[in-house]
Amino acid sequence: MRNVGEVIARRNEESAGALIGYLPVGFPTLDASVDAAVALVENGVDVLELGLPYSDPVMDGTVIQAATQEALANGFRLAHGFEAVRRVTERVDAPVLLMTYWNPVVQYGVDRFADDLAAAGGAGLITPDLIPDEAADWIAASERTGLDRVFLAAPTSTDARLRQTIDASRGFVYAVSTMGITGARTDVDRAARTLVGRLRGAGATASCVGVGISTAAQVAEVLEYAEGAIVGSALVKALADGGVDAAGALAAELARGTARQ
Amino acid sequence: MALRAQTGPYFGEFGGRFVPESLVAALDELSEAYSLAKLDPAFGDELADLGRNYTGRPSIITEVPRFAEHAGGARVILKREDLNHTGSHKINNVLGQALLTKRIGKQRVIAETGAGQHGVATATAAALFGLDCTIYMGQVDTERQALNVARMRLLGAEVVAVKTGSRTLKDAINDAMRDWVTNVETTNYIFGTVAGPHPFPEMVRDFQKIIGEEARQQVLDLTGALPTAVAACVGGGSNAIGIFHAFLDDADVALYGFEAGGEGVETPRHAATISKGRPGVLHGARSYLLQDEDGQTIESHSISAGLDYPGVGPEHSWLAALGRATYRAVTDDAAMQALRLLTRSEGIIPAIESAHALAGALELGTELGPDATILVNLSGRGDKDMDTAARYFGLYDGGEQ
Repeated sequence: MRNVGEVIARRNEESAGALIGYLPVGFPTLDASVDAAVALVENGVDVLELGLPYSDPVMDGTVIQAATQEALANGFRLAHGFEAVRRVTERVDAPVLLMTYWNPVVQYGVDRFADDLAAAGGAGLITPDLIPDEAADWIAASERTGLDRVFLAAPTSTDARLRQTIDASRGFVYAVSTMGITGARTDVDRAARTLVGRLRGAGATASCVGVGISTAAQVAEVLEYAEGAIVGSALVKALADGGVDAAGALAAELARGTARQ
Repeated sequence: MALRAQTGPYFGEFGGRFVPESLVAALDELSEAYSLAKLDPAFGDELADLGRNYTGRPSIITEVPRFAEHAGGARVILKREDLNHTGSHKINNVLGQALLTKRIGKQRVIAETGAGQHGVATATAAALFGLDCTIYMGQVDTERQALNVARMRLLGAEVVAVKTGSRTLKDAINDAMRDWVTNVETTNYIFGTVAGPHPFPEMVRDFQKIIGEEARQQVLDLTGALPTAVAACVGGGSNAIGIFHAFLDDADVALYGFEAGGEGVETPRHAATISKGRPGVLHGARSYLLQDEDGQTIESHSISAGLDYPGVGPEHSWLAALGRATYRAVTDDAAMQALRLLTRSEGIIPAIESAHALAGALELGTELGPDATILVNLSGRGDKDMDTAARYFGLYDGGEQ
């Protein structure tokens, strides 16, 4: 069983924490996105987050927007998401989460989506525009299928909302490191440290920090206080600029940040 | 319960808050500020004073008999939101939200705009209240509504031409939301229509419902009766909900929303969201939506930038589902012919958006006959559309296209 929570717990025992890598399905092609995802795991990424390209990605910055628009222009279909999960999980052992905006899941059918994701070997969903308040259907479907649900927590979230997010999440809580959209930043906001502290105080067992992490040093800095570091735009940029080998090389470099200091 | 009493976040199965967690605190802050403002007579007084002394409210109604000769002999009465300061109904909502921005204590506002009317209204309010202002507008729209871009810049706003996706209104909303997620602690988002996450659909409706409240009494005073039908164009739906709302519980008054039929709803090039779409989630709310099988938003088309949007406000989806309002499509060409007809017969040049409602009224008049009275929301004036109209009708030297 590929269990996101167990992998993150194990990595926190044997190293400083978990490295989570994001790539969109279908960029630059379906085959290359599968190869790149496999290369990330072979180079030290512990949990994969595969993004489903969507026409209106309001949480994404320019790098991921450009990649997902290209994937859509190349004919990405939702079925490719399940195919990518199946092909990646056949080749590597890391758990694979899908990151998706909510409307594609609604249109596919929430129960059908959960069944097909579970059948493909997927571990669960990260839902950037679905808050627990609106997630009754997904919570029921993931309870039935055993899939993980990763909701987001923000520096502006109230204590009550953090508790609600922790209660609704399974696998980990995605802590948005700075107020903003995805995209590599030179400084990971100190707000992330405060947010993770508040999440822990509210009972979270695994908080992973995303949005703005692009170097091994930032991974190490985040893992001083969080259970996992999530890297997206930097990996997508490496893949866009230098192909699968470059994405693998950056993953290997980032993985050095997981070594216990 | 009276239909008029319906509030957010849900209108039947529609509405909600499908947004990143990063925005929830700002939406809660806005909801609370709005709830408090509603209870504070000083807020209502200040808004009413701005309406009277800045916007020019109440707007008049104008009966248009020469136009109505082409509408089966029915009486046609226009609600003249085109005469408002800045040229459309958009100012009603913007002044309300700008007052709320002051109450919340933020110094910067952002907005999306399609035709530029909401952007101009927001830039105007920013100038009036001394706020920093950034307007997101699709690159396609900055080209077809260049006059409004110049107006916004003259008013001191920064206009960002959005180059992603279809480079129209939906993409301008995406970029405005990205700005808000990033700058939420200093910035208020003045949303222009009755779509988006709660509290926008309810709040924008409340700021626009004065249109119907005035018009209902004005038509009663003029004709001694309520109108047979009320007609408005529908993009996101703010002018339509504004004129519909006062009539929601008048069961004998038929309500008609006219969506942009583009090159025809049998073609892929239209923006007839309720007529041709199905429920889904876009821009923070569950509502009707033009989308493909996978839930990817389909790019809309309309000759009118203000109606060129693949979504619609959740209250309209609810009214459609209830059967309380009827939504039909009007093609680009029918709208342009109605624009020219009103101009030639009455000396009133409407916005292309509003011309969709006029074309719809011509159709309704023929169906309802000479005993009917049709109230049409003339939501905006056509100055901004002169380049489009000149090309369409061959008014520049060089002949008809």
